[in-house]
Amino acid sequence: MPTAFADIDFSKPLPSATGDRQIQFREALREAMSEEMRKDDRVFLMGEEVAYYNGAYKVSQGMLEEFGPQRIIDSPISENGFAGLAVGAAMYGLRPIIEFMSWSFSLVAADQLLNNVPKMLYMSGGQWGCPIVFRGNNGAGGQLGSTHSWTVESMYATVPGLKIAIPSNPYDAKGLLKTAIVDNDPVFFLESERMLSDKGHVPEEEYYIPFGKAALRRGDWSGERDSDITLVSFGRPVNFCIDAADELEKDGIVCDVLDMRTVRPLDIDSIIQSIKRTNKIVVVDQCWPFASIASEVVTQVCEKAFDYLDHQPVRVNTDDVPTPYAKNLEMEYLPHKGKIMAAVKSVVRR
Amino acid sequence: MNPSAPAAAQSSVPPTLPQHPEGSIYHITSSKVHMPGTNGAAKPGAKPAGGARASDSVPNATMIKWLRDMILIREFENRCAQAYQQAKIGGFCHLYLGQEALAVGTINSINHDDPIVTAYRDHGHALARGMSPRACMAEMFGKLAGCAKGKGGSMHMFDKPNWNFGGHGIVGAQTPLGAGLAFAAKYELEVMKRSVDGSPAKKKVSLAYLGDGALNQGALHEAMNLAGLWGLPVIFVVENNRYSMGTAIERGTTMAHDLPAKGRAYGMESMTIDGQDIRNLYDHFKPLVDRCREAQRPAFVDLLTYRYQGHSMSDPQKYRVKDEVEMFKSRDSIALLEQHLLTERKCISEADVDAIVAECRALSEDSVNFAESAPMPGLEELYSDVYQNIQPNLSPTREYVHGAKNELL
Repeated sequence: MPTAFADIDFSKPLPSATGDRQIQFREALREAMSEEMRKDDRVFLMGEEVAYYNGAYKVSQGMLEEFGPQRIIDSPISENGFAGLAVGAAMYGLRPIIEFMSWSFSLVAADQLLNNVPKMLYMSGGQWGCPIVFRGNNGAGGQLGSTHSWTVESMYATVPGLKIAIPSNPYDAKGLLKTAIVDNDPVFFLESERMLSDKGHVPEEEYYIPFGKAALRRGDWSGERDSDITLVSFGRPVNFCIDAADELEKDGIVCDVLDMRTVRPLDIDSIIQSIKRTNKIVVVDQCWPFASIASEVVTQVCEKAFDYLDHQPVRVNTDDVPTPYAKNLEMEYLPHKGKIMAAVKSVVRR
Repeated sequence: MNPSAPAAAQSSVPPTLPQHPEGSIYHITSSKVHMPGTNGAAKPGAKPAGGARASDSVPNATMIKWLRDMILIREFENRCAQAYQQAKIGGFCHLYLGQEALAVGTINSINHDDPIVTAYRDHGHALARGMSPRACMAEMFGKLAGCAKGKGGSMHMFDKPNWNFGGHGIVGAQTPLGAGLAFAAKYELEVMKRSVDGSPAKKKVSLAYLGDGALNQGALHEAMNLAGLWGLPVIFVVENNRYSMGTAIERGTTMAHDLPAKGRAYGMESMTIDGQDIRNLYDHFKPLVDRCREAQRPAFVDLLTYRYQGHSMSDPQKYRVKDEVEMFKSRDSIALLEQHLLTERKCISEADVDAIVAECRALSEDSVNFAESAPMPGLEELYSDVYQNIQPNLSPTREYVHGAKNELL
């Protein structure tokens, strides 16, 4: 029996994120898809190399064997075609999961992704939505050059009608993807090639992580000790923020690290809750700075928590240039621990 | 694997096209395009394989209904033109005048639960599929009683109960959706072994309509490749009215004299059919639908037609000569069918035709009156139908809501 979105009790506490069932990020994604596919035969996976190649990045390894070629479907290199096919199939009543080998390649399907997927429900006066999960690698994979290193969240997040999830660890990857698959709205699910081999505890028991609820990775809601600054991030850079926070703690600077998990919906409430006790915020975002998610967070903070700020909000984005190939230039281009620590120190003067 | 394409099907076709005064801008003169015999395959009046005409077995009452549906579209579109000129319809408005036989003929060749998807010249398909003229007109008037609650407009006639997956505004973008509809129907049949609503699965055929302008969009070629590759039961129906906006087909499209070549390139049965004669259309299209349904495979059809009005209501039509329009009007699809029913089948009288016209005129007038007096959508509709699973913080400025129930459902 398929799990219906309406039947999930999101108020139920999530299972512990610590334990010794250590699996890779890619395995967590696979578990999420396989579990939902076992329950719901309307769900299928389509994309380049997902079947016989076992996934370009081995996310779908073994799924062909379990579900067969009619549900794990190798598509030709034809993003606009199969993204549009998914729209038709979803309107008809199926629940496609579409894998983009890279979100960089989603750009050739931009018309389907920007026009049809998010707007179908509205244009049709509520008759048809597009319950599709589009997922794949997002962000710089490591010296892939300018065209293959897109971070698409700021560009796509501007369109109403979409939900966008960006997990930072295996536990979230599984719980968020399971929610994405049962959600009746289209979900853009952004993974990172650089995190697919990351290992973490993923519990045996089934769980669905609600969208729009940030996780506090460092700091403490109990208020025993107020943090000095709020660090907000999502996806891979959350891990850089955690590293920076651990390092800063040695210098006596305590950070709240908020992992947004989803950027649409954006859990601005948790951000404001944190700012109320830190009065300072740094947003770390691997998109370009201009009109980025970081810009959006800063704007909403200014609109909704202006009086709580003791320092102007600060953004750490990728540099405002195309992604370079050279290793040292790419390193310098991306947000990293050093940049985050410098930004925090510019705000928290000790 | 490519089934041999039957000879292109043409009935009586006019002799030569009148020339545009600036004919030199055409790389190939119009007269070379789609005229019988130019690709060595088309034979005027060719009968489909087997000899018997499929349309001969269509009962009189059904054929009279076809005539009525075509006349309804004609009358309805005339009313649209009027309402647009009176600024009661906003935005873009693309009329189906001249092409009526295509929607009526193709839709009457499929079952009610066969999905269709089309482009922006979509009023004809909506009506032929059974949408009430009131819902269709109210949509264009931007009223809540419109098929999309006034949120779609002229280019977005969606009708779930009638398996009409919409009119779509971006040229060619609807064609991968057509492949997707066929994919889903085949998936029900082969993977789920039941339909998504739990009823028994059946063999379906989807129709993906496109204009000749969409022949040059990548989306179509990707959709055709996927359909050919996976044997998806979708028929790509090119409503070839010879112009993509103001650009004559041979000025924008290669192989304009043999469009089925494009379908054959993707391994599908492909043909040209004279779409102005609805009986001829049915003779060739209905058996093709049956073959695609049975074998669960795609096809490509170049349906010859002509639009009497400009591309949209704002088109001064400087790109074609009046004689050309008049020439096509002399082979009007409604007149052809009327003539057949009056003189060959002798199943209706002039008075019957007059009564049909009067009925359709009254329905169209009623649709305008209804649309005019229908209420505008409430402002809360601005924020509804954006998400199905609404949750906090989806928007920085608004909380979304669930809106009014669509009148159609």
